[in-house]
Amino acid sequence: MLETKQAVKDVSRRGQRYWWLRGEEEGPRPFHFSFTWFVACFLKLTTMAKSCMPLSELATSNTHGEDSPYFAGWKAYDEEPYDAAENPSGVIQMGLAENQVSFDLLEEYLEQHPEATGWGCGISGFRENALFQDYHGLRAFRQAMATFMEKIRGERAKFDPERIVLTAGATAANELLTFILADPGDCVLIPAPYYPGFDRDLRWRTGANIIPVHCNSSNGFQITTQNLEAAFAEAVAMGFRVRGVLITNPSNPLGTTISRPVLEEILVFAARNDIHLISDEIYSGSVFSPDEFVSMAEIVEERGYKDCERVHVVYSLSKDLGLPGFRVGAIYSYNDRVVTTARKMSSFTLVSSQTQKMLASMLSDRVFVENYLETNRKRLKERHDYIVEGLKDAGIECLRGNAGLFCWMNLAPLLKETTREGELELWKLILQEVKLNITPGSSCHCSEAGWFRVCFANMSQRTLEVALRRMRNFTEKMMMIKEN
Amino acid sequence: MNPEAEAKAPPADEEATSAGPLAFPPVAARGGGAAAMRLIVPLQGIVQGRGGLVLGSLIPCALFYFLQIYLKRNRSSPSPSSSSPPADEGELPGIVRTLSRASLGSARSPAAVSSRAVSIAKSSDSAAYFVGYKKCSEDPYHPLDNPDGVIQLGLAENHLSFDLIEGWFATNSKNSWFDERQGGLNINGLATYQPSDGLMELKMAIAGFMGQVVQGSVSFNPSRIILTAGATSAIEILSFCLGDHGNGFLVPSPYYPGYDRNTKWTAGIEVIPVPCRSTDNFSFSIAALERAYDQAKKRGVKVRAVLFSNPSNPVGNLLQRKLLHDLLDFATEKNIHVIADEVFAGSTYGNEEFVSMAEILNSDDEFDRSRVHIIYSLSKDLSVPGFRTGLIYSFNDQVLSVASKLTRFSSISAPTQRLLISMLTDSDFITRYIKVNRSRLRAMHALFVDGLKQLGIKCVKSGGGFYCWADVSQFMKSYSEKGEFELWKEMLDLAKINATPGTACHCIEPGWFRFCFTTLTEKDVPVIMERFKRIFDSR
Repeated sequence: MLETKQAVKDVSRRGQRYWWLRGEEEGPRPFHFSFTWFVACFLKLTTMAKSCMPLSELATSNTHGEDSPYFAGWKAYDEEPYDAAENPSGVIQMGLAENQVSFDLLEEYLEQHPEATGWGCGISGFRENALFQDYHGLRAFRQAMATFMEKIRGERAKFDPERIVLTAGATAANELLTFILADPGDCVLIPAPYYPGFDRDLRWRTGANIIPVHCNSSNGFQITTQNLEAAFAEAVAMGFRVRGVLITNPSNPLGTTISRPVLEEILVFAARNDIHLISDEIYSGSVFSPDEFVSMAEIVEERGYKDCERVHVVYSLSKDLGLPGFRVGAIYSYNDRVVTTARKMSSFTLVSSQTQKMLASMLSDRVFVENYLETNRKRLKERHDYIVEGLKDAGIECLRGNAGLFCWMNLAPLLKETTREGELELWKLILQEVKLNITPGSSCHCSEAGWFRVCFANMSQRTLEVALRRMRNFTEKMMMIKEN
Repeated sequence: MNPEAEAKAPPADEEATSAGPLAFPPVAARGGGAAAMRLIVPLQGIVQGRGGLVLGSLIPCALFYFLQIYLKRNRSSPSPSSSSPPADEGELPGIVRTLSRASLGSARSPAAVSSRAVSIAKSSDSAAYFVGYKKCSEDPYHPLDNPDGVIQLGLAENHLSFDLIEGWFATNSKNSWFDERQGGLNINGLATYQPSDGLMELKMAIAGFMGQVVQGSVSFNPSRIILTAGATSAIEILSFCLGDHGNGFLVPSPYYPGYDRNTKWTAGIEVIPVPCRSTDNFSFSIAALERAYDQAKKRGVKVRAVLFSNPSNPVGNLLQRKLLHDLLDFATEKNIHVIADEVFAGSTYGNEEFVSMAEILNSDDEFDRSRVHIIYSLSKDLSVPGFRTGLIYSFNDQVLSVASKLTRFSSISAPTQRLLISMLTDSDFITRYIKVNRSRLRAMHALFVDGLKQLGIKCVKSGGGFYCWADVSQFMKSYSEKGEFELWKEMLDLAKINATPGTACHCIEPGWFRFCFTTLTEKDVPVIMERFKRIFDSR
């Protein structure tokens, strides 16, 4: 073998460079082996591929995004959840934006109104209800949703029940709107930091892309026209067609409402660039002081419905009423075509008729609704103030928030290095040592490292105390380490 | 190209070519021509088939690729962004792509929607269906209040055994969905976030129910169940898992009109009809599947699965064991999936036995189960379509994992899940219900088919489902789609009966109609036959 190789090399060195044209006179038997081997491998691979059932690209890709820290924290919590009695050193879940502060009000209502849960006043109601699968949704329920949404906005905007399309949760509503407004390969602008779930909900099945509109702490993470224009230009430079801008108002994860002038600017920007505007207002009922919330619906009405055909509002009962398990979401659109198409497509994601009927009676009860909204707001504000105070004692600053179920806190002083890696290191440390699951800003696509979202409404007051105590101990320890 | 190739290439001896007698390489020219020769000679060698494995394939591929880019650039109109990502211009009618800034200043229509939305807005739900539905809702038949109203025979709902469900509910509603263990009302467990693919208790209860429905021939494993908001949603999710946009599913026709929407609207999967004939009792044949598969391949559509319903909608026949075995062999040969839509499994009334796909798999150990998926729902067998409870039962772990993530877009409402858990775990009630429901279906089916027989109308022999698949072609003015449509219109306007014409189900033979008999009472049947006489006797 060696002699053969040497012989071939000699021949090459003699000036004939075109070794690949050489025949097999010098007997490169190894070539035969390697060629056959390659062919055999190739055939083996193809047969292997054949024996594994081929699935779609979607099924085999990673775009569900569930490998990010946002979900890793959830997993850690699932493995070792905190329980005051049974597992006092377990992980406290502070990464789940759920509202558990006002359950007692719901339970009280249901106890006093058994006809909402049962069909005490006539069995015939049950029959119609169980058979009802019209994608228009129960008229009474749509009416009740419209009334509820108006109440939240202090009657400053009107909602027409015929424009409400029901979906199984706001997740489905956002995805459905993306299917309708964007083709695969198009993109949506979303002010960052934003809810990590959007990466999956708006991109996974729709094939659309998200371009973040970077906001920074210098102006309290407010959205400006410059930021929007910059993101738009970036999208165009990358070759994407921008189909819409999606804002969350009140914002998740910031916990702040968007002011009236900014909302007007955003609508003007959308109109100027001929794109749609989706206003995700699922936290609208969780604004501590109702006057501080301005809905996009109000802006549309004030402008005399100019450019309204590009405005769509998304709502859900998961946050304001604390009923995420009920899977009730809605799209409210001023665009007739979008309403009819969304209604047809909602066949894939209908709300159970039983749930609709039950909630219809609850949401039409004006007394209950007023009482609930007021009490819920008050309790959320108390919790919010408590946690902000507690974090301040621990030396942690929060963004000044006025809504939502969470705080946006700044842990930059605790970072070893002010980079994404440094932030993730700190997040891991807090998860593993302090046993708190919080959401790192990088999961929310925040351009500044060190910001974290911490939820306060999905636990009891006592658990919150424990969490704050742990946080305080941790920051004291970190400060000592830094000093030394 | 030449020097790079030399540097990257594996040792010379392994890359020498082996093809027969060689032409002598051209003599290398001296000086300036040397560089050119370095390029040309190996290329010449490649053209002559002596390029070796790597270079012989790589270089032509690279050249071809550059040629494509060159042609593409010169063919398309100059656009500002030369790096446009490949857009899916697929089969949907596209809106002309322009940058939004370019349209500034000109008269603009309101913000456009996606081309996907445009095609959905235009599509489907044929006008005929809606006209019929509308007439029924405006002027519904009632034996006492409105004996001359429009009778709805086009909507698949089962009213025959609803009294049993109502009765159960009347006695059990208070306890049905609050957690009794915690002493009464406790909304906490109900209202908070639940696993999106359904509560394990409900999966266990439904697995038990499915086992009862197939009369114990199979036992279903709850951890293979993914719960969704209706079978509609289950089909959509499976479409996303099994095929990419533009792929196809083979579907024996006539088929449930909803399949077109469920696979296409969001997942973009095309339905490829496999026509079945009345001579075969509308049962599909493997030969027909083969033909359809080959035709699809010629058109460039990649087939990913066979989707069929058993008991069949609209025909109502039950598929034979042997056919199902053959289908599995066909699927293995073509390396595609099998989706069995068994939503009517509990609504069988004939003397034939119903064979579930799961039973076939149990008996055949050699078969690769990971290609079989079953769709089920409580909408038909338990008469609760409003509650939106469907499921995917899959033997493929990867599909289960992906599908469970996809259910976040279509989960079942928690209070409904609790209610169903209570109902399904009441096994005495369920056993009684299934038995009574079957016997009532049998009775009503026999009555209806008899009535039609007396008018001279034959129905396909069916063993399950809510429909009669009847041949009324003798009453059509012309044996064509147009004739069928006219007959349908006459049925609606003169006889005031709304039925589903065969073309809506993509039947290739005109003159077949689908009548749903489960919304009727015994007294309604003679009324219907009288009405039919209005139009049929005049022939």
